[in-house]
Amino acid sequence: MTVQSSIINRKSKIKLYWPLIKSTQTGLLLATGIAGYLSAGTRIGLLTLLGMSISLFLAISGSTILNMWYDRDIDAKMKRTHKRSAASGELDHKEVFGVGIAVSILGIGWAISIAPFYGLVVFAGWFFDVVIYTLWLKRRTAWSIVWGGISGAMPILAGRVLAIGHIDLVGVLLALAILFWIPTHTLTFSIKFREDYANAGVPTFPSTYSDTFTRATIAISSMLAALAIGWASVLIGISAGYLRLIAVLTAGLLLLAFATFRVESERVNFGLFKYASLYMLSSMIILAMKAF
Amino acid sequence: MKMSAFDRVLLLITVFLSAYQIVIGIDDLSTAPIIAYTIAFGVLLVAGLLLIILGFDVLESPIVVIVSTIIPLTLSLGLVWEHLTFYRTGYLIFILIGFAAVTLTRSITMQNKLPIITIAIVHGIAGITIFALPIILSMQGAMKPAFALVGIGGALIGIGGLLLSFFKAGKPILSREMILRIFPSLLLLMTICFITGFKFG
Repeated sequence: MTVQSSIINRKSKIKLYWPLIKSTQTGLLLATGIAGYLSAGTRIGLLTLLGMSISLFLAISGSTILNMWYDRDIDAKMKRTHKRSAASGELDHKEVFGVGIAVSILGIGWAISIAPFYGLVVFAGWFFDVVIYTLWLKRRTAWSIVWGGISGAMPILAGRVLAIGHIDLVGVLLALAILFWIPTHTLTFSIKFREDYANAGVPTFPSTYSDTFTRATIAISSMLAALAIGWASVLIGISAGYLRLIAVLTAGLLLLAFATFRVESERVNFGLFKYASLYMLSSMIILAMKAF
Repeated sequence: MKMSAFDRVLLLITVFLSAYQIVIGIDDLSTAPIIAYTIAFGVLLVAGLLLIILGFDVLESPIVVIVSTIIPLTLSLGLVWEHLTFYRTGYLIFILIGFAAVTLTRSITMQNKLPIITIAIVHGIAGITIFALPIILSMQGAMKPAFALVGIGGALIGIGGLLLSFFKAGKPILSREMILRIFPSLLLLMTICFITGFKFG
């Protein structure tokens, strides 16, 4: 094998693995971790921040790759996901498992080396995602999303823990905000791709309960996420101007949540999903301002 | 009509400018104008975001007329509260009754012209206040000349409001395509006028 073909081979491998880490979702969760760290308003250690970012990125990516490895059979049955390289067979599943474990160990190990308690929270996020959500509950109950949500809430808590050294009320509120934001994401997908989930035999809220119940859950969880962000913002002590901005963005979220509950429209549902993602990203940026 | 990437950029700039105004631009004012301007620029910000996310179809919603009334009402309230101290309470009552009347006449199906008359009166008074008050104050020297830009913004919001109202009433002044084509630019220009006027006026 020539050097050139080896490089091409490596590039195509990266191209196949990149979708397995769900870069947008991982990026957003990483942003929450950074915001959690900066929200403490403590002196910013650039090396610590860099180490935290890399370790979180690796731990989240590792758990996502393992999720893709385990769910390759159901992904193959779904139109939305059947082209994923783990599901389509483009990547050898043993290799995917190996890479998932290696990346996870690297991420969690690095996190523990930075600060053991921070590493423990990062490990908890990985454990909730891989073991509780993916391996145990996803195929058994629609309520598995709660554990997926708890797992998604760990990066922001981890960032806060790294900054202050312990778990405080603000950290819990920020984690709750993410926990309640995640159903907006997952439940909207479960309505939009209901047939896919039915084909794969994955229990979802729309299939287990009803669309009305699912929409109500999305609306209520969005409101609770907004409440948690608002409360945390006040406790963090961000400036009046940024509080006003959060209030305005929250009003928009509540308006859309109300519309989702009242109007049976996929467009409005997806609108709420997109707005909620923008809302969360904006909130994270505002909370991070505390550090500057 | 599909929204172009350029329109989205214009709306995004409108959103950022509105956010700037909410965070920094009104910090030195007293509580009531802060609340009024926060609501006005907040509606502008959320409307911009919803337009980017949902596209121009969001303008078809019956709630648009009610929501678009909030901007001129709260902006004019802020101006009156700051500069016409004597009329504060009276104007606040007008705002509350006016908004309730627009909401009521738009929520109940009516065959007569009451909804249009209501919106014309409420929009008209608020629009004239935003247009005339800053220009008069600048001309009198009570405020710097740049404050007149708020009045220009008021004129632009009036044009936007008229276009939307007649469009919603089924009697468009311009074609739907033309209204939608100029709408993002109009929103941005209006926001720039308001922010520049408040900052340098």
